Amino acid sequence: MTMLEITNLHASVGDKPILKGLTLSVPAGEIHAIMGPNGAGKSTLANVLGGKPGYEVTAGSVTFRGEDLLALEPHERAAEGLFLGFQYPVEIPGVSNVQFLREALNAQRKARGEEPLSGGEFLKLAKDKAGLLKMDMEMLKRQVNVGFSGGEKKRAEMVQMGILDPAFAVLDETDSGLDIDALRIVGAGINSIMRSPDKAVLLITHYQRLLDVVKPDKVSILAGGRIVETGGPELALRLEAEGYDAVMA
Amino acid sequence: MDGVARLGAGALDHWREITVPAGETFRACHVVGSDAPQVSRMRVTIEEGARYDLFVTNAGSDYTRIEIEVRLAKGAHFEFGGVTIGGAGVTREFVTQVVHAEPEATSNQTIRAVHWAGATGNFLGEIKVARHAQKTDAAQDFKGLLLEAGASANAVPQLEIFADDVKCAHGATVGALDEAARFYMMARGLDPATAQRLLVQAFIGDAFVALEDEAEREILLDAALAALEGAKL
Repeated sequence: MTMLEITNLHASVGDKPILKGLTLSVPAGEIHAIMGPNGAGKSTLANVLGGKPGYEVTAGSVTFRGEDLLALEPHERAAEGLFLGFQYPVEIPGVSNVQFLREALNAQRKARGEEPLSGGEFLKLAKDKAGLLKMDMEMLKRQVNVGFSGGEKKRAEMVQMGILDPAFAVLDETDSGLDIDALRIVGAGINSIMRSPDKAVLLITHYQRLLDVVKPDKVSILAGGRIVETGGPELALRLEAEGYDAVMA
Repeated sequence: MDGVARLGAGALDHWREITVPAGETFRACHVVGSDAPQVSRMRVTIEEGARYDLFVTNAGSDYTRIEIEVRLAKGAHFEFGGVTIGGAGVTREFVTQVVHAEPEATSNQTIRAVHWAGATGNFLGEIKVARHAQKTDAAQDFKGLLLEAGASANAVPQLEIFADDVKCAHGATVGALDEAARFYMMARGLDPATAQRLLVQAFIGDAFVALEDEAEREILLDAALAALEGAKL
């Protein structure tokens, strides 16, 4: 079953076209890595899928589980099971992780016609997922991302993903800012939360090292706003060894 | 000053007098504002080593002005947390005059203003430090959050300092809602109204941080957030 179907997607930021005919299909059960040089449009792709204001789709379509994703508001996309892991997670002073995530989870559950979780049920779930990412529960009681290091923010993103339990995750450079130990923890977290026959991941990364832990089924190269090549995990190894210019030549 | 003009004769003559006896602590929490113009004035004398904590949500749907005159004796403290919130094109304001008449007194004022639909939030804060009131420590912090163009938030700090060994800090900023934070919250599943409510709650929460009683804090916050219903998203 295809979860995400992107067809001939064109998108601009301001007046500048960034995505220029991007086509990509991700079936359930697949972890699909997107690699590409700086400025290729990787983050634009993530932001367009998340529905960030300021990113204008000028042509093409995106279908998510058979529905027109682009017609949905960001919070509706989340309730449909899409999770966007931010390259730069946002600090929200004055709002605790616990309050934020409980309201977010219950808003999603309500949109899906499910019962809300009680405070106790939520804390149990949060503790479980924080443990998976080796994050202290005390950190979840603090304000969202405020005072977190770069690596802690990325780990917190994965705790959020674990709690919200999406069907599809778009992870935008989740490995940036992580040291080697944190990279293993985050990679193992992604595997544990998302490796499933009825889930899928679009994993945007610059480096092979995350792919050593989260083994992708497919690797695509994004350059100049389009997918220029798709292959198996060996494509990422070739990129690491030879560089984009050589592989794309 | 249309709102003032519509006030009945004598409405401006009344002052509520409060004295906090030496060494004691008084606390007051008020939700003010209705659908008629209102001016409330209070004069507070805080005696030696005493403390007065005042927290106000100013959320009327018509002109609402709160005036507070405070006189601090030696080592006294005045704590003020105030929120103005609302739309409907009217003005809500706090006017404070804090007189540090004796040495070693402290005061801390935290004001948050959230407005939309052509409304205005004002804070006129005067601090006077007498010549011999050394070791005075006075602070004012004002932040305005405008949910749409056409609303305004104004702070007018006025410091009159005659002593030389004092600390007087004041800050004022006005901005719009953090769009990056709003998108982040929506990407996690919160609808626009809930995301805005959480961000506004966090913003005005600063004004009530010093209020330790959680039930009272909730009453003030709930009154403010109730005023947010129907605000521009």
